[in-house]
Amino acid sequence: MDQNLKIELGKQGVFVTTIEELYNWGRRSSVWPMQFGLACCAIEMIATTMARYDLARFGAEVFRPSPRQADLMIVSGTVTKKMAPQVVRLYNQMAEPRYVIAMGACAISGGPFKQGYNVLKGIDRYIPVDVHIPGCPPRPEALLQAFITLQKKIDAQHLTGADRPRFLDADAQGEFPVPEFGEHDLEPTSNRGVWPVEIQGLRD
Amino acid sequence: MKTVEEIKAAIEAAVPGAGVEFVANPGPAAEHSLRLAPANAVAVATFLRDDPELALDFLSNLTGVDWPDKEIAEKVKVTRTVTKTVDGPEGKVDQQVEETVEETRKRVEPGCLEVVYHLYSVAKKHGPLVIRMKTVNRTDQVELPSFTPVWRSAEFQEREVFDLYGIVFRGHPDLRRLLMWDGFKDHPMRRDYVEPDDYEYEPTAHDTVLARAQEHKSKGLGTEGLTAS
Repeated sequence: MDQNLKIELGKQGVFVTTIEELYNWGRRSSVWPMQFGLACCAIEMIATTMARYDLARFGAEVFRPSPRQADLMIVSGTVTKKMAPQVVRLYNQMAEPRYVIAMGACAISGGPFKQGYNVLKGIDRYIPVDVHIPGCPPRPEALLQAFITLQKKIDAQHLTGADRPRFLDADAQGEFPVPEFGEHDLEPTSNRGVWPVEIQGLRD
Repeated sequence: MKTVEEIKAAIEAAVPGAGVEFVANPGPAAEHSLRLAPANAVAVATFLRDDPELALDFLSNLTGVDWPDKEIAEKVKVTRTVTKTVDGPEGKVDQQVEETVEETRKRVEPGCLEVVYHLYSVAKKHGPLVIRMKTVNRTDQVELPSFTPVWRSAEFQEREVFDLYGIVFRGHPDLRRLLMWDGFKDHPMRRDYVEPDDYEYEPTAHDTVLARAQEHKSKGLGTEGLTAS
């Protein structure tokens, strides 16, 4: 609706909004992360929830120990190949709408362990990641920045139309295949539905 | 603590036919070690732990070493008979001449797997004593006796060495892989381990990663779906 009219009505004490705006406001203000950490980034995540950085300001203070009650998975740390199936399984167990923040160099790309035999080179090989945070480990401010970015992303989602989020699209992929332990590597080595991601400005 | 040579003599006195070999360390640290014969190793280990003077009651560290097959080029002087045409008083004559030639010969020294143990004594506050054991080869005869019954701290480290180097410890109570999963077939810390080729996406590749990414690309694998926009 017309923004000027909305402001004018607000001055008269009439609050006008759309269902979409109200719905997204409610969702972005109560993103409950899942309570699990994988490595040293988890320490920064814990610091973010504490009084000094206070994640509660963004409505995300309730860390749920069950994937069924969580909206956000913060992949905080190195994902080893032995751990990757469990991470994907936890993601599958989360209810829609669900979001993923890949926190730190390891969760993005394998980080310092990239050329190792035992570390997954980025969790986005198996599950769709909404926000990537670089850093080793990222500071709590960076995690807050990622939160704000995610909130903006939630705010911008339209509930109808072709670009509607996955949980409102009956045909969208809901379950992501859990990789199995193979003889030399995980099988499959990536989920072709989400990987490789389309990258802006990638040169050959 | 006794010197390594003295310990060797003590072992040989206590365990007849122990087959202990002295391995000198030529470096400035001069940390010499003893190589045990796998057949008598448990008896020797028990002696080292229980001997009142040594009392090496703490196995602090245990690690594997991979010695791959080594090709050695040697220069050898060979004497052989060569026929030469020589100008003599009766014209040209073929003559047998002995000649010394230097030849490069290659021989392959077979590789093996080795385990190195560092022993300390908490009771006597001395150490370390370094002992080693070698397998026969790297492929089928890779068995060594387990020291878990002697030192309990060997249990997880022997499992790790089994996992990463493929050394089978006879007498280990629970020899499963420790770090990798059960169905995994390779031994990642061996020198000839080939890591899986997952180099399809390297945005800032350099050095070895760049080489691996280019190799991956030259095979025509896995760049599908990466779109430049």
